[in-house]
Amino acid sequence: MGYVAVKGGQEAIAESNKRLEYLRIQSGRTLDVADIQASMKPLIDQVMSESSLYDEELAALAVKQAGGSMEEAVFLLRAHRSTLPRLYYTTTTDTKNMAVERRVSSSFKDIPGGQILGTALDFTQRFLDFDLFNEAPSDLCEKRATFEEEPVPESNLDLRQLTKVIDYLEEVGLYQRPAMDNTEPDDITKKSIQFPASRSQRLQSLTRGQTGAVTSLGYAEIRGFGVAVHPNIGELRIGELPLYVQMDQEDNEEDEYYLGAITVTEVEGFIPVDVVNEAGQTTQDFAIGYGFTFGQNETKAIAMSVLDYALEYKDPEYPTANEEFVLLHIDSVESSGFISHLKLPHYVTFQSKLDSMRKMKNKGGDEA
Amino acid sequence: MTTRRNFAFLDENSKKEIRRTILKAIAIPGYQVPFASRELPIARGWGTGGLQVSLSLVGTEDVVKVIDQGSDESVNAVNIKKMITDTTGVTTTVHTDEATLIQSRHRVPEVPLKEGQTLILQVPIPEPLREVEPSEQKTKEMHAHADYSVSWLHLFEQIVKYGQASMHADYPVIVNNRYLMAPSPIPRFDNPKLHQNEGLILLGAGREKKIYAVPPYTNVKSIDFEDYPFERESFVGKACRLTGATDVYLDELKDEETGEAYYLINDQSYMLELLNKQEGVTG
Amino acid sequence: MTEQPILQVKNMNKQFGTGCVNCLDHPEYLEKNYCPTCGTVYACRAINLEVFEGEILGIVGESGSGKSTLMQTLYFDQAVTSGEYYLDKYKSGQVNLYEAGVYQQKEVRNMLLGMVYQNPMLGLRMKFSSIANIAEKMIAANHRNVGEMTERGQELLDKVNIPIFRAKEAPQNFSGGMQQRVQIAKALSNKPPVLLLDEVTTGLDLSVQADVLDLIKTIQRDLKISMIVVSHDLSVIRMLADRTMVMYNGEVIEEGLTDQVLEDPQHAYTQQLVYSLL
Repeated sequence: MGYVAVKGGQEAIAESNKRLEYLRIQSGRTLDVADIQASMKPLIDQVMSESSLYDEELAALAVKQAGGSMEEAVFLLRAHRSTLPRLYYTTTTDTKNMAVERRVSSSFKDIPGGQILGTALDFTQRFLDFDLFNEAPSDLCEKRATFEEEPVPESNLDLRQLTKVIDYLEEVGLYQRPAMDNTEPDDITKKSIQFPASRSQRLQSLTRGQTGAVTSLGYAEIRGFGVAVHPNIGELRIGELPLYVQMDQEDNEEDEYYLGAITVTEVEGFIPVDVVNEAGQTTQDFAIGYGFTFGQNETKAIAMSVLDYALEYKDPEYPTANEEFVLLHIDSVESSGFISHLKLPHYVTFQSKLDSMRKMKNKGGDEA
Repeated sequence: MTTRRNFAFLDENSKKEIRRTILKAIAIPGYQVPFASRELPIARGWGTGGLQVSLSLVGTEDVVKVIDQGSDESVNAVNIKKMITDTTGVTTTVHTDEATLIQSRHRVPEVPLKEGQTLILQVPIPEPLREVEPSEQKTKEMHAHADYSVSWLHLFEQIVKYGQASMHADYPVIVNNRYLMAPSPIPRFDNPKLHQNEGLILLGAGREKKIYAVPPYTNVKSIDFEDYPFERESFVGKACRLTGATDVYLDELKDEETGEAYYLINDQSYMLELLNKQEGVTG
Repeated sequence: MTEQPILQVKNMNKQFGTGCVNCLDHPEYLEKNYCPTCGTVYACRAINLEVFEGEILGIVGESGSGKSTLMQTLYFDQAVTSGEYYLDKYKSGQVNLYEAGVYQQKEVRNMLLGMVYQNPMLGLRMKFSSIANIAEKMIAANHRNVGEMTERGQELLDKVNIPIFRAKEAPQNFSGGMQQRVQIAKALSNKPPVLLLDEVTTGLDLSVQADVLDLIKTIQRDLKISMIVVSHDLSVIRMLADRTMVMYNGEVIEEGLTDQVLEDPQHAYTQQLVYSLL
């Protein structure tokens, strides 16, 4: 009878996973994936943005499986994304073509098309609504019927052709659009980010960033630990963006295939910046800080626009201008993974450290 | 909605890219090669680098061993092993000499590797200069110019302060007389094992997105000074309570009854093999 | 037979800024050394200098004269816009160090040059012990023996009058004068043929200044090192330098034996300097 390893580890994990599942189903109640998708839209949007995978149904599934944990849901979706074959890139999209749902500008009182509040929590009153304890599905049907009976006022505003504020500014000579840069963008999911980072690497890192992390750093930047003190939102626009794919390099525009539309948030922030012209004079112009997310993620998109600016016009005095500091630490899967790895056994390295410390004490500290 | 999974979880294109990265790493011993590290169903920081290397290399004929802190039974090792077998169906073993691929966190097995075996180490921070220089851009330049004197400066300062090196595990080494490398948090005891090893040693950092390698029969030298040579952890006067073995890495445990410290071989499967050999039992 | 200089700079130019149609190739358009339109600063213009073995060359000028920029280019802390730089002890003076690769420049910096900055933060690692600071240069030159480096370090600390019991302390705890002396010890650790000293006594108390200057003179006498000493203070130059160069608005306006420049200044600015000397 030989010595064999005790299989404690395997059993422990099996039991722990069992308990996890038991607690999940213990109450006898669970949410349908469809319920989550229908009633937790901001959660879905946040998960899709941080996982950089646009699929509302899969995001809802991830939320259900994760029991509502944002960290876990994003982890699940990212791991799933890793298994998907990468077949095509869409053609370049222009947010001019967005079917706008919501569109505001802080920089101008009046913009062509007007300030469209759309769907936003901004002006709701944050009182806890205890009636929601007793909301039944039949109530929903009633409320919906009431809404649908209301007359809808006429409007000839075409929300699919809404002028972008930035285009309007250019038309009236208040903004100088920089020369078009058609360099092929990098894809950080195919080639890891290198420093100094290209703008495409920077924007991709920011849009996939954990909402809390991006928001905090943007906050620090505008609050004084940075140069972008009080940026102005030129335009915040949310709506459905149509996406097209070209199957063949040779095809021209008529041969683009329409894939579908996704909801996105776009922010263009105006921040003044010094420019020196050929004659050597220094004047000021507006630089754009750009924010963009899958789904409706306004806070993150605004913070992203601030950080885009901070990382473009780097003032080395501030940590928010340090691209390694910002871009390498905002990823939810990476940050939570490394922090939580501290729970793993480290007794070999700990033992090694003890040995080192004991030796030091024995030497009595005198030396060279 | 069910989807069929590919052999070894990763899609073939991902595996190809990772293999190309591994080849480049082998061609430039000790140099950290960047790669587009994929997210896996196991958390970042928990071995995704090592796992991506293993999953890209594992074939139907491979025999896989996974250890953490020297133990096959450590929860993390068990979890990783399960993921490999669930997605490949390959045979596993606890015996070092039977394995073709060994994925390990924080130890090099006591049984020496032979030609044809591959050891895959899990790496948290691949950059040996990170403590001295937080910027990746700067450390990349330092490697390009073999600008490593700051590592020796740190060691010098430790000797001035403590009379000896204070670095314990993940002790920096020079590979193939060129690149400064972080050997992963293996104890100093294991550093000499890397030198002129018959097997192939690969190191994967998933979160940091780097793969590097020590090809077989490569020089690996821990940094030190002429008059303060590199020292491993010492187990002088200590022996494994069960086997009596001395020149191996030992775990320190406390006897619950007597309160005394006692020691056991850290490399669990090696300890069992020794015990069985002593008892005259094979297998 | 003319002696080969140990260090030589030819036609060095350094500008900060791209220049514009008004100022490029039009030095007459400049106000002092900058262009009023585009703001480009012509910090060094057509600088030539030579240092011979065993001598001290003094460079004097007010702030903005370009003397510090010149020093920084000699130590490769700054790149030049154009020019040539030769060291006799490096490949027989055949390589233009301004155009050499980073590897070669590092080699020269570690083995052949010593630099003492006005601000000790630039030359020292404030949190490391003094002895480690001195060892750093030796380590960079591939020394790998702690005992030997420590011995040499202690020898140097002694030479700069820092008590040995302070060897393990970090310079951040030292006075300004002591920090400068640690820098000097560090700069000397690899026995460089050329030592560069940039405003090393500026900001120090007068008595401390005198100490440091005295030390430099002693070192020069004992070790016969060639030095370039930069200062805005003509009295420092007078005390140390064999030959002197006067810089003004990025140009060398006068040079010669220190005694001669002091006794018989030719350029109006030099005259001003000399006459204001107490």
